[in-house]
Amino acid sequence: MTPTADVFVGPPIQWSSLSPMLILLGVAVVLLVAAALTPRWPRRTYALVAVGGALAAVVVAVCLWHGRGLSAWSGSADPTTGSSDPVRFLVGGAMRFDAFALWLTVIVGLAVALSVLVTDDYLEREGLSRLAPEIYALYLTAGLGAVVMGMANDLIVLFLGLEILSLSLYVLAASHRRRTQSQESALKYFILGGVASAVFLYGVALIYGASGSTNYTRALAAFVQNISPHRSEAMALAGVGLLLVGLGFKAAAVPFHMWAPDVYQGAPTPVTGFMASAAKAGAFAAMLRVLVVALPTWSADYRPIVWVMAVLTLVVGSVMAVAQTNVKRMLAFSSISHAGFLLVGVEAAIHDTTHAHPGDGVPSTMLYLLLYAVLVIGTFAVVTLVGRTGDGATDLAGFRGLARQRPVLAVAMTVLLVAQAGVPLTSGFVAKFGVITAAVGEHSYALAIIAMVAAVIAAYLYLRIMISMWVAEPDAADAGREPVGTPLLTSIVIAIAVAVTVVVGVAPGWLISLAQHVR
Amino acid sequence: MLDLVWLIPALPLAGFLLILLTGRRLGDPRAGYLATTMCAGAFVVTAGVFLKLMSLPAEERHHVRRLFSWMPVGSLHIDLSFLADPLSITMCLFVTGIGTLIHLYAVGYMHGDARYSKFFLYLNLFALSMLLLVLGENLVVTFLGWEGVGACSYFLISFWHERESAATAGKKAFVTNRVGDWGFIVAMFFAFQATGTLSYRGLAEAAPHLAPATAAAIAGFAFVGACGKSAQLPLYLWLPDAMEGPTPVSALIHAATMVTAGVFLMTRMSPVLHAAAHFGLFGGHVSVSTVVAVVGAVTALFAATVAVAQNDIKKVLAYSTVSQLGYMFLAVGSGAYVAAIFHMVTHAFFKALLFLGAGSVIHGMHHEQDMRKMGALRLLMPVTAGTFIVGWLAIAGVPPFAGFWSKDEILLFAWDKSPVLYVIGLVTALLTAYYMTRQVIMVFFGEARWHDAHAEHGAHGDAHRPHESPWIMVGPLVALAGLSIVGGFIQLPFSASVKRLEHWLAPVVEGSEHRLRGNVDDLKYVFMAIAVVVAVAGIVAAYLVYAKRRVEPVEPAILANGWYYDQAVSDFMGGPGREAFEGVAWADANVLDGAVRGSGAVVRAGAGELRKVQTGNMRTYAAAVGAGVVALLAWFVLRGVL
Repeated sequence: MTPTADVFVGPPIQWSSLSPMLILLGVAVVLLVAAALTPRWPRRTYALVAVGGALAAVVVAVCLWHGRGLSAWSGSADPTTGSSDPVRFLVGGAMRFDAFALWLTVIVGLAVALSVLVTDDYLEREGLSRLAPEIYALYLTAGLGAVVMGMANDLIVLFLGLEILSLSLYVLAASHRRRTQSQESALKYFILGGVASAVFLYGVALIYGASGSTNYTRALAAFVQNISPHRSEAMALAGVGLLLVGLGFKAAAVPFHMWAPDVYQGAPTPVTGFMASAAKAGAFAAMLRVLVVALPTWSADYRPIVWVMAVLTLVVGSVMAVAQTNVKRMLAFSSISHAGFLLVGVEAAIHDTTHAHPGDGVPSTMLYLLLYAVLVIGTFAVVTLVGRTGDGATDLAGFRGLARQRPVLAVAMTVLLVAQAGVPLTSGFVAKFGVITAAVGEHSYALAIIAMVAAVIAAYLYLRIMISMWVAEPDAADAGREPVGTPLLTSIVIAIAVAVTVVVGVAPGWLISLAQHVR
Repeated sequence: MLDLVWLIPALPLAGFLLILLTGRRLGDPRAGYLATTMCAGAFVVTAGVFLKLMSLPAEERHHVRRLFSWMPVGSLHIDLSFLADPLSITMCLFVTGIGTLIHLYAVGYMHGDARYSKFFLYLNLFALSMLLLVLGENLVVTFLGWEGVGACSYFLISFWHERESAATAGKKAFVTNRVGDWGFIVAMFFAFQATGTLSYRGLAEAAPHLAPATAAAIAGFAFVGACGKSAQLPLYLWLPDAMEGPTPVSALIHAATMVTAGVFLMTRMSPVLHAAAHFGLFGGHVSVSTVVAVVGAVTALFAATVAVAQNDIKKVLAYSTVSQLGYMFLAVGSGAYVAAIFHMVTHAFFKALLFLGAGSVIHGMHHEQDMRKMGALRLLMPVTAGTFIVGWLAIAGVPPFAGFWSKDEILLFAWDKSPVLYVIGLVTALLTAYYMTRQVIMVFFGEARWHDAHAEHGAHGDAHRPHESPWIMVGPLVALAGLSIVGGFIQLPFSASVKRLEHWLAPVVEGSEHRLRGNVDDLKYVFMAIAVVVAVAGIVAAYLVYAKRRVEPVEPAILANGWYYDQAVSDFMGGPGREAFEGVAWADANVLDGAVRGSGAVVRAGAGELRKVQTGNMRTYAAAVGAGVVALLAWFVLRGVL
């Protein structure tokens, strides 16, 4: 029994289960307040505090994962939700606490920690160190928002998470004060994100109108019991459509992807990596939750939409990626193409709702999110370094001759790119193999074949970057370029990303088994 | 010994890593010797494994060396493991054996190149990938090698990327190969879905129980993969262009080893191909095997006609390779897997020999590749000429050289499949003898035409005379010439006891190998006689045309340009294809823009204030979201109505 549990009356709040989120929030607040009240801390301390907070959230999540069913920890274990049922509802049914939520917490916590490390070197290089505490606090709150999105059991709570995430990202995108591209990117993201949020909120309202509740569980119950009345069906379907638009926007799924290349290109590169990892994880987690948990009764109606979105996202992402010359833009489209693969997993997960035997849709999608998060942060960390001071040298030419100048960095980037292309013995293959196997397992053959076509096309893009690094000779214009630096923290992040990519690629068994718990 | 099979790919891997780390310090020629040593080491290990396998009874010649369990989850069971069986070890023997000779040759050929160590880096990486491909115990490991050889091929074709043509050729190879890779991946997933396993043994056990349509789908997509890698119609385009790479690369990758990967894959999948026999396309008459045989035969004939009119010494050999690979697919399609592997081995010997000989000529001629500027080189390059002539006799099908035996066996099975395929094969044999004789005469006989070509260099005098290549290049030629003479003896048609390769490979292909009808087997000496007559006829015809000049050469432009097929595809890819590609990009940027301009008016009004900021297309983006909303709602409305 923890003393805090006795202080509160009213809806039972399982503090221990909420603790990863509380840590993220707490560290963010402490960082902001303490930094405002105290003189400047020594170099890197802000970053280390933020990283410590993010990793603490990860560690607690891992402990909770192992301790699920450890009632001594949570203080007020509900006897009805024993160890047989891994789902537990928190805060009066507003949130779900289960393996899914913990898995997402781990993804987001790692993404925050790695992004902060890269950002610390970035800020120093760009002479923006003064902003450090605010920026790290924003990473933490953005991570909090993403976790809330995945843990929500209520559309309003989901919206809350969505807005926490989005608002933090708008500011992060604008955080390079002297680059107009950064400002422009943030403004675009803000306005378009506002549109998407409005659409989403309207969808929430319609679902409420149709079912009488914004709570997943109660809405589902209402739909299951009372599926026929004509009025509520139209309203519910319209609501589903609008929710899909809002979530599709956050996930950068075609046709709601148009903001992504501009925003990814303009935002500070470490922030871009964070958007492609944590924000995407939050969006897809929320999408899975809403579609699979709250609205499975309508799956026959929205499944074709997800199918079309997946196909469009795969094709447009890979084809457009090949046509770019700026590496950040390339990777933005590549990230759209990855979103297509994730949608393949989501489509399989939707199929799963139609029969009793659980498929691999949800686990494979969540595994993909984890592996892709590490991969993409590592990739953007390299792009951050190659961007050089001013964060501007992100066209393909900037990579010319990197193999000669920084061979180890070039090898690392090659590993990461090869993994993104999905070559065996890398984590990228494990991820892609998982979602395609899930799709094939649900007999979505057409989608699986299209996904493979997209993978084939997209490989060309990664090859172009590799050629630029390894084969292309630096020309006279490159002679005057500033050499690519390899500061410590960023190097550590890249090393971690490469290590994870290779280790998981070579021995993915344990991780795939773990992901099987995520349902 | 069998457990040491992992060493075979590990040695080239070690070579790759060593050169990666110390390549520049090792330099020329030590990096080359290091790479050669590693490849030779792999050959020695392979030989040891081979001898060990030989000593075992036939049914025990299947050893799996599991390095570790890669994806051991639930129904998913994929190991990183190697398979030592007669097929994989046969492949390994000639990959490492010929690979070593070509490595050695390259030590001399690449001498003085600015990126010398990088060349051997790629070469060892290629050897590693190729060995993974053939040693893999399941489709995933093979796929790993499959991707690896493709990437190495790409890097090596555009090795001299300063040349625009080399860079373009590399891209072409990559793009065409990706089409094939896609077929491989799809086949892999279909196989997994249908059988729950990806290991070859599992597939072979499950194949007889597969529904014919499923088996046909797996085999069909695998064949798409094979077509890409082995340069069959319609995906052969990249191989002639691949000649932009250094000649040792052409010999190793684009003649002897990598391009045969498709044939290897189809042989590995032979149980599935066999199970698909009862599924007919086009109204039930055409099985996948027949498609394979027809594609192979047509490719063989097509490429042979093109080879007749080429003037580039390497282009002739490139089209010849495409044509010979067509023979191998003809064999696979006819159910003659042993014959396909047999021809693969002999072809590796004589085609590597011919390419290296051509490389020696190019080296001696100071990078001249146009045969019209050669002639009478036998006097100046006696060893090259002598070995090249051996290769010529082997490919032309003159007994007792290696090519005769393997080609003869394929033709026998082709007759059994269909007389039409046999006739196509025979015509191809005639053309092969013809164009190879033409090449030998143009390069080594007749009058010397290189004086004119180098007249402008007169001041340099003898420095520009063609010369024989150094021993390190000539040595491999002699070794390969020896193999081209005796290579055919591993499988002689006379009696069961001399069909050694057939006995050796029996455990691998037993269930699916086609059995000749009795009367066809009785006719084999007749077929042999016909084949000899045809080969001699081709040689004599070319002799009359090019040596005696009794007849005007027939080299129409349409043949020289490869029936304009390449041109047509390039025009399409450069024209409508590119436009389609750009169309997607344009549509992404503009169509939504245009379509929603009307509906975006409201948004525009609201966004008027923002015009001061540079947000030109943002309204469009917002309107696109709006359009998406409309589309989604329209979908639901339509669903409700319908």
